[in-house]
Amino acid sequence: MSICNPSRRTILKGLLTTAAATAIPSWPLSAQDNGPKTRAVPSTGDSLPLIGLGSWITFNVGDDSELLEQCVDVMAAFFDAGGRMIDSSPMYGSSQATIGYGLDKLDAHDRVFSADKLWTSNPDEGRDQIDASRSDWGISRFDLLQVHNLRAWRENLETLLTMKDDGELRYVGITTSHGRRHDEFETIMRDYPLDFVQLTYNPIDRAAEQRLLPLAREREIGVIVNRPFQQGRLIDRLEDHALPDWASDVEAETWAQLILKFIISHPDVTCAIPATTQVAHVRENMAAASSPLPDDDMRQRIAETIGEL
Amino acid sequence: MSEWWTYRPEDFLLFSPRVYWRLFELHNAAWWPLQIVALLAGLLLIVVLLTPRPWLVRCLGVVLAASWGFVAWAFLWQRYAPINWAIEYVIPLFALQALLLLGALSSGWLTFTDRRRLPRYIGLALILHAVILHPLVPLLSGRSWQMAEVFAVAPDPLAIATLGLLVSAHPARWAWPLMVIPLLWCLISWLTLDTMGAPSAWSPLTAACLALVTRLWPHAEAK
Repeated sequence: MSICNPSRRTILKGLLTTAAATAIPSWPLSAQDNGPKTRAVPSTGDSLPLIGLGSWITFNVGDDSELLEQCVDVMAAFFDAGGRMIDSSPMYGSSQATIGYGLDKLDAHDRVFSADKLWTSNPDEGRDQIDASRSDWGISRFDLLQVHNLRAWRENLETLLTMKDDGELRYVGITTSHGRRHDEFETIMRDYPLDFVQLTYNPIDRAAEQRLLPLAREREIGVIVNRPFQQGRLIDRLEDHALPDWASDVEAETWAQLILKFIISHPDVTCAIPATTQVAHVRENMAAASSPLPDDDMRQRIAETIGEL
Repeated sequence: MSEWWTYRPEDFLLFSPRVYWRLFELHNAAWWPLQIVALLAGLLLIVVLLTPRPWLVRCLGVVLAASWGFVAWAFLWQRYAPINWAIEYVIPLFALQALLLLGALSSGWLTFTDRRRLPRYIGLALILHAVILHPLVPLLSGRSWQMAEVFAVAPDPLAIATLGLLVSAHPARWAWPLMVIPLLWCLISWLTLDTMGAPSAWSPLTAACLALVTRLWPHAEAK
């Protein structure tokens, strides 16, 4: 269940959980030269930039050539700023084909960390769907495939784990959004050898702090954060308010950067995947991971401030 | 779908308003000047309501069936389905509607000789809105006229005009089945537009409500 307008007590409880988590050394955080900070994938130690690129809605542009070129510009800015993970799903309309078009145009197949999903209620269709997705992306294999929103998860997860065993896939994961089905999510995290989970987490939606993020640490599972801005609603809500002066302490120049810094400063978060249609926003998002991140006190301040606005 | 109550309408919206409106812009550019022919076809609906001669009704059956078939293929399948996979389930319904209209109007099962004023006036108002006013909605919304939704080229005005024709058709037992798919489309369109925050969402919703009320009115059936 999403946490909306959390009380001070809820915020403090969450921060205590985070503080407890940060008492344990976090997954290695490092900085690239002039690029975004990276964090290690727990299961392999490979490093990934803390900011990725989502494609929900933003890359679903059909065959509109003008909008396709705008998406290519967004991808170009993302790679130029040091980005790697792009996430999509067969559910996202033409987004996968848009990504494939961009990768071709930018000749960026070797720069992308390809994260996609298996989204079918009929497990017999799983392999065909993955082949279709791979064809849309124009790649020979995915880095990461996730069972989308736990759909037919038992059978679909078996398909993905088999693919990983056969060397057709590097990482396996599961996804949820907006705090849904966390109990079931937790059970799967305990019972299956996952590399990644994808969930919603931001200064307002903080349910993941209670059980899922600590469990991800315990089970050495990477965490991808979706809907960092609540599909833009959070930014809309904040845009009439001035950014606090203290945001400059972590070199945040916009609310979006402050929110992203809050998310990726959680030690168990591997990567956040904001989606956008604008080059300026990509640069802004990537810059959030290139400058200082908030400490526990600052995180508390961010959550309290945004929760009260 | 578990925890369905936690979903909002926007969770099912797969595309942005800008992508949606540009569908019509690209569609219009691809098919220009078919829109002029389509407007003339729309006027045929008005002529049929005013002078419902059997041969005109048969012509109208062909025109409406062709329009539903064309919109299903050229707009829904070619343009809309790539950004909205759910539309794949709607396309067969549009094809079915084309066949139903062709059968009902060409065979003479449906007639438009009801002389009572109210259903005819409401039907005419719906058709005039669909053919003349609906294409102007983008201008009122601050969008380019190139994004106009034209009768027989785009689904909303086609569904509204079809409802306008059917509210005064009789017998009711043939008119009702033909209204189901246009009503369903108006509902889908209203949900889509309202979720996008488009003020024009009122158009398909009002048309559907008006058609339903008129058809359900106790004296709507000809004696």
